[in-house]
Order: sequence, then structure tokens, then C-alpha cells
Amino acid sequence: MAAVRCVDLCKTYRQGDQDIKALDHVSIEIASGGFVCLSAPSGGGKTTLLNAIGGLDIPDSGEVYIAGRRIDNLSKGELADLRLKHIGFVFQAYNLIPVLSARENVEFVMQVQGVAAAERKDKADAILKEVGLAGLENRRPAEMSGGQQQRVAVARAIASRPALILADEPTANLDSKTSEGLMELFTELNEHHNTTFVVASHDQRVMNYAKRLIRMLDGRIVDDIDQRAT
Amino acid sequence: MHLFGVLLQLAWRNLWRNHRRTLIMLAAITIGVWAMIFMTALTRGMVDQMIVDGIKALPGHVQVHNPAYLDDPSINNLIPMTDGELQARFGESGFVAWSSRVKVPAVITSERDSRGITLLGIDPVAERGFSFFDYDEVDGRFLEDENDNGIVIGRKLAEILETEIGKRIVIMSQDPENDVADRGFRVVGLYTASTGAVEEAFAFSGKATVQKMLGIEGETTEVVFLGADYRDVDSTYEAVVAAVDGNVVVNRWYDVDTYLGSMMKVMDGFVLIWVVVIFLALSFGLVNTLVMAVFERVREIGLMLALGMKPASILGQIIIESMLLLALGLAMGTSLSWLTIIPLQSGVDISFVGEGMEMFGAASVLYPKLYIGDVILANIVVLVLGFLASLSPAWRASRYEPVEALAKVG
Repeated sequence: MAAVRCVDLCKTYRQGDQDIKALDHVSIEIASGGFVCLSAPSGGGKTTLLNAIGGLDIPDSGEVYIAGRRIDNLSKGELADLRLKHIGFVFQAYNLIPVLSARENVEFVMQVQGVAAAERKDKADAILKEVGLAGLENRRPAEMSGGQQQRVAVARAIASRPALILADEPTANLDSKTSEGLMELFTELNEHHNTTFVVASHDQRVMNYAKRLIRMLDGRIVDDIDQRAT
Repeated sequence: MHLFGVLLQLAWRNLWRNHRRTLIMLAAITIGVWAMIFMTALTRGMVDQMIVDGIKALPGHVQVHNPAYLDDPSINNLIPMTDGELQARFGESGFVAWSSRVKVPAVITSERDSRGITLLGIDPVAERGFSFFDYDEVDGRFLEDENDNGIVIGRKLAEILETEIGKRIVIMSQDPENDVADRGFRVVGLYTASTGAVEEAFAFSGKATVQKMLGIEGETTEVVFLGADYRDVDSTYEAVVAAVDGNVVVNRWYDVDTYLGSMMKVMDGFVLIWVVVIFLALSFGLVNTLVMAVFERVREIGLMLALGMKPASILGQIIIESMLLLALGLAMGTSLSWLTIIPLQSGVDISFVGEGMEMFGAASVLYPKLYIGDVILANIVVLVLGFLASLSPAWRASRYEPVEALAKVG
């Protein structure tokens, strides 16, 4: 069964007196364990497609399926539940809750899921170590660099081991070394835990790590390349 | 339960994110709650004292009269029972206290001046429980028995009449035949009451002496009874009704003194209105604080929604934040009110406005009364109305669309 399936998605935004087609009859299917990079110039529709897949935005028409379940017709509460249990998110910025420490941010999703405190703490500490943030568990976001904050966000996204991780420009605010480290981590999770990744980025380094590269332009898919074959 | 833990943690930390704003709001709530409880305690103290003084100023808890007496409190409307019959009916009835008396309008005259007063012929032993002054604190002496032919008047009346202990005055009234009945009395004591108005109004002599002066030996105009508590006089009332026949009327104190009765009835409503009015003033600050707190956290709320927190949890988080702020303010305001009321329980001297207060029948010393019921009412009103006031900003926060909220530029 496909991890993600989008059928004929359309989404139009109104900007001033102009209609902008963010998604124009987009259909894709991503297999479980896939690692897909959505690449497009700014305004090309990659973030809109990512939001539609994550149930954060409802398309004007078309259908979205996650693990075989149609989600574009779910209620807000059902979508929240789906995101909580099945999807991990990494956003470009403003990723963390400022009043929580690094460990508490990583624990947040597990806490809402109802995972026991001791188990949460152990998992959070292990994952923070895994992303190279051992010793910074008690720091608040304001006390960390942009790269460290992004790694906390990744740690939070993977802590509850979701089947699907959606990342929007995860390396946009990172230096090249940190970006490399982050992509290595994504690759390892993808290969060893069969986690499906859909990453929106126009960073060439990210594209290089993806198994499949989907190029978009003006809300349409213009190229779909299986990079394992090349 | 786990979710409540998350929401509580977030609400508490967000509360202290902007220290200054939270402290200002906390100070406003504390002062508001203090004002609610403190002013209520002062008003309760004043009204309680007015009622107690009013009841002690002779009405008792339950009264028996001739049916015509209340409309025409004259010598012609005597109780159709003799002292002996009253003793037989009520002597062993188990009331806290009871007394029969003669109470008539009269004129008191000294060699300097004269005044209209209410003359009371009493049995000083039976009357002790109904007195608004302490017998032992009377200057000179109080009456010794119902045959005592001395007279005890208020200090203020003595000043007006320019008389003093040991001097003679004349009391003039009328007998059942509408003839003038008068008699000379020697002033044997001066009493002090909580207000000058009461000191001017009443003069006391022995019941038998007054009966003889008026030519109504063995007869009275009023029988009064005391129960355990002036707020609950029904059991006393029913016992008296059961002991009399239809030739007399039985009234509770608040039926006779409707002013004081109304005061008691409206007091609870007044407290509620006072508490609500203060809260309404506070609520503007509270709602503004919450709206600002939500407005500053739009992206964060969007993030939590995106991560899978349900809108209802966002609603809950903002409401918990508001409840925490109110609970802190309530705890501080209630403590402050206790701390300020306790030192004042020996009385607050308001003699500088004493004459104005006397118009309402209040004394010149206020004794704050802090009722636990009033404290609970203030706390419940603040929490319930605070909850309602928080709903609007909390609802708005829970309605954000994650994508739009995340895209907000802060």
C-alpha cells in the first residue's frame, strides 16, 4: 500500500485580484519507505503539496490518501489525530515551543499521545544524543543556535517513530556541515526504520540524498526522477 | 489526565512569559478581590450591628400585641391578657427569654425642657435579654424590680433636658379614659446606647409603677420573646402562635421593623451585585491580557495544532491560563482581606461621619464581619465569570488554521 497518494489535487489562492494556482491537477504516489524530495522555485507549489499531504491544508479538489485512508474529507479533530499518530513535521522555522526546554519539546508529541513520563524522557534523551545535542537537554530554544533548534525539531518529529515525516526546507537555516548531518540522519531513519520522507527543498544537497526527485513548476509536476537508477 | 498535565505546564509557563503584564494583572485582581471581601465585611458588620441593635432596641425576635396596637400604639390597645395569664401561658414554655411590658408614648419634662419619648414599664429581670445596653454599665443604677419607682433615661436625653442623676422629672401620658396621667420620677440612672437617637427615645421605669400611673394594673401592651438566632425565628414564632388565641397578633421582628427586615433580605443580593460589579471592571483587564497573550502566540498555537494538538486542547490551555491567573489573584486577594480585617475586628471608629451614619441607624464604630459564605461567593463569582470572560479569546485561539497561523509574521 502506498504511504501517500494524491489524486488530481487543485488549490488556488487569491492574491490581490489575481488567482494563483498553487496546485494544478497534481497526482503522485509515494511508496512506503520512500524518500522523496519536492523541488520547485519559490511559489512553485511544493509547500502547498506538503501541507495537503499533512492535512494542514485542504485542497479545492482532488483526493489525498495516507496509508490508504482518505484524509481530505476528515474533520479538524480527525486530522489532528492523524497528524499526532502518523506524521512527523519539520518546518523551516518557528519550529519549537519557546517555553519548553529541548527535552520537553522532543517529549511534546509523545506527551500529547499519552506516553508515560519515564519512557518519554528516555526516548527524548536518546534521540537528542542521536542528533548531537547531548548536554543541551534543558536549554530553551532562545538559548540554542538555529541549527541546534532545527535538530531539536527533527528529534521531535522522529521521537514517536511516525510512519511518515514531512519536512519543509529543513536545511534552509543550517550551515553545510549541520545540513549534511541532518540528511545523514534522515537517510538512516529511512533505511533502518522504513520511515517515509517527503522533503520540500530547493537545496541541491537535499536533492542528492533523496531516492526520488519530483520537480514542480507553477503548481504542476514537471519531472519525476527515480534517483536510485541514476 | 496526561493531556491536562501538558496544558497545565504550558499555561503556567506562558503565564510568566511576560512577567510585567502578569504581575500588573495579578495586582489588579488581588486589589479587586480584596475590595470585594473587605467592603462586604464592613457592610455586613454595619448591617449586622444595625439589625442586632434594632432587635435589642426592644422588639425581641417575636412580639405579641393587641391586633390594633401596631396601627395605634396607645394605651387603649392593651393585650387582652393579664400578667397572671401571660405567666401561666409562657412561664414554662422554654423560650430563651420572654418579657411583658407597658410601652406608651409620653412626654418627659425637666425644669429646663421637655421631649416626646417612649415610656417603658418593665420587669428588669425578665427584660435583661432584650436590653440594648449593659445594666452594669449604667451610670448610677438600673432598675431593681418591677416595683422600682425610679427612672433610667439615656445620656443624650439627660443632656437635652439638662438633668442628671438624683434630679426629678415629670412623665405625662394618658390613661385608657383619655385623661392625662402623670407622675414625678427621680432619675436613678443614665444609659449609653450605640446611637444618640436611641438615647433620646426611651425611658425605663418599673412595670408596676407605670401600670399604676396609667391605671392599668396587671395589664401590658406588648409581650416579647427571644429565640436562639435572629435569622431563624420561625420555631419561636410557631411556639408563640401555639400558645395564644385569636385575640392577639403574633409578629416576627422583621414584620414589625420592615426597614431592618428589608436590610437583612437585600444584604445577600447586595453582596452578589457588589462582587459582580467589581469583577466586570476586572474582566476588561483580564480579557485584554488573554487577547494579547493569544495574539503574541499565533504561530506557536499554529505549531501545536500542526503537531496534532486538538482545537479543544488549545481552548483548554487558554482557559487554564486564565484560571491560574484568577486563582493566584483570588488567593492573594483573600489573604490580604483576612490580614486587613483581623486587626480591625475590635472596631473601626467612623465617628467623623457618625451623625450621618446615625440617620441610617448605624453606630459610630464599625465592626467588620467576615463571613466564610461571602468569601466563597466572591471566589466562585470570580472563577465562574472569569471562565466565561476567557471563552472568547480561547475560542478564537482554537479556531486558527494551522497553515495560516504558522505563516503569521510576528
